[in-house]
Amino acid sequence: MSRAPLPYNPKVLELFRNPKNLGKMEDATVVAVAGNPLCGDMITFYLKITDQDVIEKASFESYGCAANIATSSVVTEMIKGMKIQDAWKIFWKSVAEAVGGLPSVKFHCGILAVGALKRAIRKYYQDKNVAPSWLEKEPTFEEKQALEEEQLADMLAKRMKKEGTQ
Amino acid sequence: MVENVKELLKAHEGLKREVYLDNENSSMVPKEVIETMLPYYSQRGYGNPTLTHKPGWEAFEVIMESAQKIAGFLGCKSVEEVNFTPGETEANNLALMGTTLGMRDKGKKIVISEVEPINVLHVTDMLKKYGFTTTKIPVNNEGFINLEKLKEAIDKETVLVSLSTVNHEIGTIQPIKEALEIVKDKNRQAIFHTDASDTYGKADLNLNDLGVDLATVSSYKILGPRGIGALYVREGVNVERILEGQIGTQKLWPGVENTPLIVGFTKASELMFQNFEENVAHMRRLRDKLIDGIFGTISDVKLNGPKGEKRVSDNVNISFLRCEGEALTIELSLGGVYVSSGSACSRRLLQPSHVLVAIGRKFDEAHGSILMKVTRYHTDEDINYVLEKIPKAVERIRGITGSTGVE
Repeated sequence: MSRAPLPYNPKVLELFRNPKNLGKMEDATVVAVAGNPLCGDMITFYLKITDQDVIEKASFESYGCAANIATSSVVTEMIKGMKIQDAWKIFWKSVAEAVGGLPSVKFHCGILAVGALKRAIRKYYQDKNVAPSWLEKEPTFEEKQALEEEQLADMLAKRMKKEGTQ
Repeated sequence: MVENVKELLKAHEGLKREVYLDNENSSMVPKEVIETMLPYYSQRGYGNPTLTHKPGWEAFEVIMESAQKIAGFLGCKSVEEVNFTPGETEANNLALMGTTLGMRDKGKKIVISEVEPINVLHVTDMLKKYGFTTTKIPVNNEGFINLEKLKEAIDKETVLVSLSTVNHEIGTIQPIKEALEIVKDKNRQAIFHTDASDTYGKADLNLNDLGVDLATVSSYKILGPRGIGALYVREGVNVERILEGQIGTQKLWPGVENTPLIVGFTKASELMFQNFEENVAHMRRLRDKLIDGIFGTISDVKLNGPKGEKRVSDNVNISFLRCEGEALTIELSLGGVYVSSGSACSRRLLQPSHVLVAIGRKFDEAHGSILMKVTRYHTDEDINYVLEKIPKAVERIRGITGSTGVE
């Protein structure tokens, strides 16, 4: 059972109750996912991007806790109207700050939200077959962390399954 | 952090009803229990029960009478078999460590199941340091222990077996008598412990008839105060202390007895047993009303644990698919319904409840699980209120999930 005390701040609670930009976007230019239902944390980002590489609108869906929902919501707010190049510079800590701070066990929610955003940006350029000079070839910190979390959950699920059938 | 909590609490203002169902993790203490405890803080029996003055003798008297009553409810042969401890965790630690550590020359094998409480799992992990190995018996998809595997696991080296009578998370009533016979047939010397905290006051239990060597019971699980429990030690079974200090009336636990808590535990037991059949029937009816109500209004739900007679009277544990558990507990709390979840979300471990994983629930099913325990104090109106709130909460959280994670 989960037992760690989680004194969420008012901003997280407000965004949990009234998330902004929630829901699937039918006319999205790009869709990206981070996390994995196995770890109880998964985010889908939908971005509508203009020909001038500006994020016209953004929305999300989240299978996750209150912090997951709040950080996803805040990222979609932050990037609306932003040039992609500027959105790429968002570091997860600024997302955590934007929701008024996160308990340490919830840092990964902010990281996952930014990981999903960076995956979406990468995918957008891959789909267009363009490689802007500012787009780092190596995965960013958030992308790496998202991948690590996904792999860890997969590994644990497999191990549990194996133990369970013995 | 405290400021945040103040804000969270403010968000709950104006609730028209509150229904507390997280009786697995703590419970409220009924007024009638508190009233019996209060005099022992300042009016009588506040002395040390081992000392020679009136407040000490008063304490001694009430502790002995309490032990006598609890011995009666448990079906003990003598009052000596009841040992008060500060709770279930401590009683389980005492049972596991207090037997094995003194028997290291007789064997180093321990047998438990995959669905034991966390404290049992942690003690057996700790005992590795002393050379013990632990076999975990698997369970089927309703949480029943595999008796064949149990039989295979027991040999002459087995010193201790610890299996809960009722599972704390999913309410499975184990075939504990059969398990005990299997163990004793293969090794008469092996000590058999059962955590009966979720059985005491909720299902039939008579320790003398059952024949186990050790059994744990806990006060808060029957709406008594926290911080008190007991370990039953059958006459002739040797348990060594795991803490040292001044010994008073309790030979296995040092320190000055907490008389008011013992009084409260005893009163809670009396209330549970004075109308035992009626209380159990009431809890069972509300349990089924809650389960049937949820299944009748919400799609994609799974009951964790068995249905009917083999499920303990108070336990409801349901997985809501596409619905993350921690988010659901917060949403329900804001509506005045207090529950807990087997979700891993508040930990960085990513692992959900080991009990749900052991019965074959997928991780995402376990993350969406909600555990509720009804009490004799709950009313039909309480359950109706819960049944009005849960579908709305699930619908909202599923709305946030949308198509995420749907394969």
